Amino acid sequence: MASHEAAIREPLILNDKTYHQISEDIARPIEGTANRSWWILFTISVIAMLWGVGCILYTIGVGIGTWGLNKTVEWAWDITNFVWWVGIGHAGTLISAVLLLFRQKWRMAINRSAEAMTIFAVICAALFPGIHMGRIWMAYWVLPLPNQFGSLWVNFNSPLLWDVFAISTYFSVSLVFWYIGLIPDFATIRDRATAASKPIREAIYGIMSFGWSGNARAWHRFEEISLVLAGIATPLVLSVHTIVSMDFATSVIPGWHTTIFPPYFVAGAIFSGFAMVQTLMLVMRKVVSLEAYITINHVELMNKVITLTGSIVGVAYITELFIAWYSGVEYEQYAFLNRATGPYWWAYWAMMSCNVITPQVFWFRKVRRSIWLTFVISIFVNIGMWFERFVIIVTSLHRDYLPSSWIMFYPSWVDIGIFIGTLGIFGTLFLLYARTFPVLPIAEVKSILKSSGSQYKKH
Amino acid sequence: MTIDLNKCIGCGACVTACGAENNVPVVGKEEVRRGRDMHWLRIDRYYTSDMTEERAKAEGISAIDKFTLMEAAAEAPRVAYQPLMCQHCNHAPCETVCPVAATTHSNEGMNQMAYNRCIGTRYCANNCPYKVRRFNWFQYYNGSKEFANNPSGDELGRMVLNPDVVVRDRGVMEKCSFCVQGIQAAKLKAKKAGRKVQDDDVQSACAEACPTHAIAFGDLNDTESKVAEKAADERSYNLLEEVGTQPNVYYLTKVRNLLANEA
Repeated sequence: MASHEAAIREPLILNDKTYHQISEDIARPIEGTANRSWWILFTISVIAMLWGVGCILYTIGVGIGTWGLNKTVEWAWDITNFVWWVGIGHAGTLISAVLLLFRQKWRMAINRSAEAMTIFAVICAALFPGIHMGRIWMAYWVLPLPNQFGSLWVNFNSPLLWDVFAISTYFSVSLVFWYIGLIPDFATIRDRATAASKPIREAIYGIMSFGWSGNARAWHRFEEISLVLAGIATPLVLSVHTIVSMDFATSVIPGWHTTIFPPYFVAGAIFSGFAMVQTLMLVMRKVVSLEAYITINHVELMNKVITLTGSIVGVAYITELFIAWYSGVEYEQYAFLNRATGPYWWAYWAMMSCNVITPQVFWFRKVRRSIWLTFVISIFVNIGMWFERFVIIVTSLHRDYLPSSWIMFYPSWVDIGIFIGTLGIFGTLFLLYARTFPVLPIAEVKSILKSSGSQYKKH
Repeated sequence: MTIDLNKCIGCGACVTACGAENNVPVVGKEEVRRGRDMHWLRIDRYYTSDMTEERAKAEGISAIDKFTLMEAAAEAPRVAYQPLMCQHCNHAPCETVCPVAATTHSNEGMNQMAYNRCIGTRYCANNCPYKVRRFNWFQYYNGSKEFANNPSGDELGRMVLNPDVVVRDRGVMEKCSFCVQGIQAAKLKAKKAGRKVQDDDVQSACAEACPTHAIAFGDLNDTESKVAEKAADERSYNLLEEVGTQPNVYYLTKVRNLLANEA
């Protein structure tokens, strides 16, 4: 063979797609009507969302006492859910920003939906710092605004305040990054609407695309700003969950007071985020017929990231256990003894089996290239990561320094209802997104068409 | 403050006095069972167990089994009482973590809880190693049926409350304030009289109520005061000293003559 094509790489886009076919495949769900499965999932999501909103209003109206918390365990499901959702969001930013800087072209098929997942996950996450407050109507006091209390400042020593800055920065940067990337695609939909004589759609997507003209200068600036935003978003992947981990690491409670949390939490976030991307993408590629774009190769690459980050999390668990023993600090030793053998041992072992054992199966090529196994494992990983945050928060709090305060925690129906509500909010938003936004970046996917192996020769 | 554990008999008069003085809400049996009592001051009760460190080491019992067995009291246990309230730590874990600076340290060494500033994130309570902070889970004072043991909004009911102390809103954290209202009153009286605050001017509700005078309260910086003398005693220690919180509450350890009992 005279050409220098890379024979060992699988094509990123299958089935000999043309540029036009790419536009068609991705725009079709937006231009068509919803099918039955969409309506069923949407109805379930909206019901869950409304139930959750009701529980939240009940909490705000009657008090945090409607939750299962008590004088010893003052955070449980609220902060578990917060950290879980924020962690899930990190995969989207990594795929969009970090993989862009690393020039990983395979990110194109998943980055749009992964970023959408991030935006919606951060929305769900951001609810919790708000609703967990005893007096949410004064939540704006965490903002350093000039005021009439002699201009009273916020407390910059507090990790909760660092969270305010971290999460709001994360949300705004992710939103901007996601939206900028969407502009050329909205313009594509707009132009197709013009061609198909759909004036309302043309008008809406016209506004949403900010008059994108598609000329060379516009594309040039688009590429530049994508790089700039990727550069800004990349540190956020590491910093945001580091700051969230500081909520625990800077405390004095055994089981929380540990310097391993920042890297451990960041790895865990990417781990759970990629698992959630898998869960969503495996369903989406089937329902929206995008198997040619989100290929087995993509699934396999994501599984490799899951194995890597899952292994880091596993090493972190073992390190914690080792240090608890090696330090000789009785409180620390008891904290871990209690986790493994105390009243919440079942949560600890659920966490261990889901997070340490399951990602290791992806060492086998057959497993990491199997759609069904990947789907099942991705669900287990997310369950495991929820339990990890639950174990860290509740088992450390319920039995800390003084045994007189030792107590059990049980969630109330309101705790559970709010969590289900956030799943409903996420589902509702994601399903609406799937029908109105192009779920793959049309323009970016076209840019990798010709480098997909032997197709190049045919055109 | 110093608390002499030799003198404490665990009668609970201090808890009652504190509750009456500081308008501490009464939450009812159901809420107490769920671990939501509002006692600013509590009395920890420790029983001896048949399992001890020495016995575990001698009999080669594993750590897990040792701790499980230690949770069971002996047949005829010896008991130790320890009244516990906010330790007013000089290096307080609760102060750094409040996002809105609702809990601060006064220049007199007390930890201050600013109820009006508190937005109820509860990190301070999580970070307290002594677990002395209490959160207002519900509105206890609005005359609802569940919390009917608290004075409702009507004129007559309100007369039960101490007018010198604020009634806290739902969603706000509260804790022992060393009866700061009494301290402020004593300081004002002394200022008006043009003299320094004397040792006997200030008393916390718990110290005043204690029948055995186990609790002594005053100015630790005043070398002539009772508390300064007791805090310097060789029996004196701080609870959870190793955590580094530097509390302002000193306990005088209980001394038992074990050999005489066994003889």
